[in-house]
Amino acid sequence: MGSERAEELIEQAESEAQSTPPEFTGEYPIVVEGITNRFGEQVVHDNLSLKVKRGEILGVVGGSGTGKSVLMRSIIGLQVPSEGSIEVLGQSITDAEEDGDIDIRSRWGVLFQGGALFSTLTVAENVEVPLKQFYPELSNELRQEIARYKVRLSGLPEEATSKYPSELSGGMKKRAGLARALALDPELLFLDEPTAGLDPIGAAAFDRLTRELAETLGLTVFLITHDLDTLHAICDRVAVLADKKVIAVGTIPELLATDHPWIQEYFNGPRGRAAEATHTRSMSGTMDKDSKGGA
Amino acid sequence: MREWADFELVEGEGGPVLRVSGPLTVAGIAPLDTRLRELDDIAAIDIAGITAIDTVGAWTVWRSAMRMDAEVRGASDKATRLIEAVKAAENTAAITPPRSRLLERVPEAVGIKVSGMLVGMKDMVGFLGLTIAAFGALVRHPRRFPMLAVIRQIELVGVSSLGIIGLMSFLIGIVVAQQGAVQLQQFGAEIYTINLTGRLTMRELGVLMTAIMVAGRSGSAFAAQIGTMKLTEEVDAMRTIGVSPMERLVVPRVLAAVLMMPLLGFYSAVIAIVGGAFIANFALDIPFWTFLSRIREVVPMTDLYVGLVKAPVFGLIVAMSGCYQGMQVSGNAEEVGLRTTLAVVQAIFMVIVLDAFFAVFFTEIGWA
Repeated sequence: MGSERAEELIEQAESEAQSTPPEFTGEYPIVVEGITNRFGEQVVHDNLSLKVKRGEILGVVGGSGTGKSVLMRSIIGLQVPSEGSIEVLGQSITDAEEDGDIDIRSRWGVLFQGGALFSTLTVAENVEVPLKQFYPELSNELRQEIARYKVRLSGLPEEATSKYPSELSGGMKKRAGLARALALDPELLFLDEPTAGLDPIGAAAFDRLTRELAETLGLTVFLITHDLDTLHAICDRVAVLADKKVIAVGTIPELLATDHPWIQEYFNGPRGRAAEATHTRSMSGTMDKDSKGGA
Repeated sequence: MREWADFELVEGEGGPVLRVSGPLTVAGIAPLDTRLRELDDIAAIDIAGITAIDTVGAWTVWRSAMRMDAEVRGASDKATRLIEAVKAAENTAAITPPRSRLLERVPEAVGIKVSGMLVGMKDMVGFLGLTIAAFGALVRHPRRFPMLAVIRQIELVGVSSLGIIGLMSFLIGIVVAQQGAVQLQQFGAEIYTINLTGRLTMRELGVLMTAIMVAGRSGSAFAAQIGTMKLTEEVDAMRTIGVSPMERLVVPRVLAAVLMMPLLGFYSAVIAIVGGAFIANFALDIPFWTFLSRIREVVPMTDLYVGLVKAPVFGLIVAMSGCYQGMQVSGNAEEVGLRTTLAVVQAIFMVIVLDAFFAVFFTEIGWA
């Protein structure tokens, strides 16, 4: 009886003409080429280009209003740039005429700034939403099991599983948002200021969790942040947004070698120095990776 | 074409071995998972032949292995890592919070509602007292009187609602006159359409419909404005600077509503009569000006008084429930919406209840 049901499900899923997504093997899962974003008179991006390498954590920094979030929204297809092209996992985002044309949505996860959880659903039900949407053939049992372990994988305690977003603290909301972003085991993860508004301990734990998940699950992470500690602790490379462009991409030492005034001020200001000092201290120290970590 | 994970059973040493093949990912696992749940007695699960694995696949393998006490063989580095990760993330909590039985839930909800009503009424009376005290303070310190705020609210409550209230009243006048005429015609008394329209709008409909309109337009705005100010801590900021929110926020709104309601109510009644006269001119062959001059003869002054006495009371109720609900907002943005709805519903409900009371009262004292 069970195998009959399984066949039924296969038929159903195949009739929906979904095909198994091929694993992306190219070097750059995100390629942004010469995009221009305009809001009325105001030009946010002017001929901006950026490539994200597979498997890296790319930090995106820039002053307030330099269009970091707009860039992320462009890449995930929420904001159509007036010029230029964007390719994600080998598929063009800018050529998509309507929402349905972008069929790689199941292969990326997005964590919005405030978590953007659905307020009428519990944390676990939030995680179930993308599973139901993209893989309706999964049995209820399996879907609920997946939701449960994803909640824990994001570093939330068991009690949080059945809580509503309004009952969670800011840090827990971000973790719940992360659980939903990871629901489909995506290849790409977009994080918009994941540590903003968290206390230093919570922020450090979230950084550690991001790094661990990225390594374990083999994720490519596009991470917007203001947090210098995050940059030093987990980012492989950093892209700097200024003057409506990406003015530099590279590791932090590489960036320090450039003489752009904004970069110099950013990393060599009092806060930048403090973050660097903390980082070198913890690197040269015992590398005490908190054993309880996130998972 | 979509690929699915599959398995075959082979005999191995120590018992049957489950050999899994295909993509062990969320996209391809559904049928495998369903079939795995029905198996028992497997000695080992061999996943050397899979083409891909993610945490969902790792979870399924680990869960089945645990349930059947089987060992996992042939796991690649990645698979081992993923299995370790999901193992550490085991979670047995429920997806949704437990719900009590219907038999318990209904009485509980009723009880909370009833006791909430009692508390709400008490708080409302307390709020009325606070407002009166704020008035008293302003009378004693007239220089603190927020004149600009009052004028601004008068504009918002009174002047800018003239258009919508005028249109509504005109249409109501048309409906009352036209429908009344149809009935009265049956015994040749269509001339009484004038009495019907004039008295009904002056006594009841003008003020009542205006109060409902003001509740929807201004009462809701009061609740939403004050509620948002509570959320953004503006109200707290006022308090710390020594400015009384009751004097600055509540008094101007209550005053504006109390002052404007009689004017709006009268205006509404007049426009409704014009609407009645308009339709009478075309449908009933009663000339427009005849209709209007007959109004003066058939509508007693007491009808006007009845309307005008009720109006400020309704205005007070609408403004008070709007401001009260706004002040009760705390927590999140959702509450603003909830309280706004509550303010309007409460205001309209109380207005109608009081109107019924007034109707009986005025008839009893002879203003029939």
